[in-house]
Amino acid sequence: MNKISIQNFSLQYSDGTESLRNISLDIPANQITVIFGPAGGGKSSLLRVFNRLNDLADVIQQEGKVYLDKEDILSPKTDVIALRRKVGMVFARPVVLPFSIRENLTYGLEVAGEKNSDRIKHSVEKSLKQAALWEEVKDRLDDPAIALSGGQQQRLCLARVLALEPEVILLDEPTSGLDPISTGKVEESLQDLKQDYTIILVPHSVQQAARTADLAAFLLQGDLVEVASGDTMFTNPQDKRTQDYIQGRFG
Amino acid sequence: MDKSNIRHEFLITFFIKSAGYSAIVFVGMIFIFLLLEGLPAVQKVNLASLFSSRWYPIENYFGILPLIGGTIIITLGAIFIAVPFGIGTAVYLSEIAPRWVRELMKPFIEILGGLPSVVLGFLGMLILSPFLRNLLELPTGLTALAGSILLGGIAIPTVVSVAEDALDAVPKSYRDASLAIGATEWQTIWRVTLPAARSGVLTAIMLGVGRAIGETMTVMMVTGNAPILPKGISDLFSPVRTMTATIAAEMGEVASGSVHYHVLFLIGIVLFLISLVVNITASAVVFRQKKRQERILS
Repeated sequence: MNKISIQNFSLQYSDGTESLRNISLDIPANQITVIFGPAGGGKSSLLRVFNRLNDLADVIQQEGKVYLDKEDILSPKTDVIALRRKVGMVFARPVVLPFSIRENLTYGLEVAGEKNSDRIKHSVEKSLKQAALWEEVKDRLDDPAIALSGGQQQRLCLARVLALEPEVILLDEPTSGLDPISTGKVEESLQDLKQDYTIILVPHSVQQAARTADLAAFLLQGDLVEVASGDTMFTNPQDKRTQDYIQGRFG
Repeated sequence: MDKSNIRHEFLITFFIKSAGYSAIVFVGMIFIFLLLEGLPAVQKVNLASLFSSRWYPIENYFGILPLIGGTIIITLGAIFIAVPFGIGTAVYLSEIAPRWVRELMKPFIEILGGLPSVVLGFLGMLILSPFLRNLLELPTGLTALAGSILLGGIAIPTVVSVAEDALDAVPKSYRDASLAIGATEWQTIWRVTLPAARSGVLTAIMLGVGRAIGETMTVMMVTGNAPILPKGISDLFSPVRTMTATIAAEMGEVASGSVHYHVLFLIGIVLFLISLVVNITASAVVFRQKKRQERILS
């Protein structure tokens, strides 16, 4: 079943730097879809379409349709706030808000209007467990979040998204600043999470793409070159450019 | 290095050093001067009558409470105006306004900050106080309220530019993160951006307060200058007199060395201490937060 469907989507920034050209892609539910390719290819831009974070950027032109469960999310009538609760995002560099660990998690719930303190408490614990962080922080939830290590911060960001119980999780190079052990932990939790969520990941390396992808999409300078299942893509790519990139001839 | 070079270096270093230390020396000298001229007042007028509520120097009544009260009520009024407007403007400029509006507004705010206060006093006398008199049906428009409004206006540019810098320094990623978990723009500003810029915003407020306390010319022109001790909110609508205005108005006519003369200097000391306290509080708040951050980051 497709969770998200992108049809003939194009995007251009006002300074003309990065753009997307005529992208069509179906993203299946409960799988990890990996969007990979060299820097400046439009991966982050595409990711930011799904939660309309591009609304804040200088986008001059946007065409095509993007559906989430049959709902046109680019329509001006879409409730962007509700959309962002359904489509959570983890950024490349961990961005913990300048609060305590607990407040980082409750903030999203509170702005969503959740007032039941039992449910909030339960959700804090559950999301930290899902992000494989609970054991490390359970005794110091009121410490400032900035005191955590980089890897812990990134898992906190993941927990913050999970606390909202979204349907889709967007991950923009979530492990680019992390050591191999933390990276392993994050990837492991992703494998568990895909039971409940649709995951779209921009990996920080081809290796990570190959490790995690159920479905892989290769994006090169705004063009979607090839889409295939993870197994096919990294063993037997069809397009010459994909081959070259995977084998490390450029990028 | 030859000999003349060494002497050269020494001279330049010496010059720069003394320029640096001169600030401390000047403050110290000013304070000593104030003490020397002001403390005799305590000997000549006893403390009880100094802190009484009657200021009538010709008949030897030197109660400075009405003047302190005047300064406080006007400053508080100014804070109530300058803080919401100043912070609001700063938030609008840094978070909401499109770029071209910001580029247009910032110079205007700087011009507002550079307006001579006597010009504002002029506007206050001719436009604001008659307007207030008619609007509120007061016997006179020259009231604490008029002074507060103008002082608020004077403090706003200071508050805006410092607070705007602080808000600008908050990383964009905080805003993205907050928006991405479904916070509205206003929730993001109120719960993430403003708290993150807290120390800068507090500094902005303190600098604005400092500006308001020290202002002389405007308040002298619009507050009516009646040394009556304000006792509550309702006294916003009656004339008051501030410490600064008293010194400015009376210093020129006082006999040097007289009791009155020494009391005016004593008022100067009180004013000096108040701004010292404001400044120390501001830097203590900022310093504590800095240390906290350093501790966390290390």
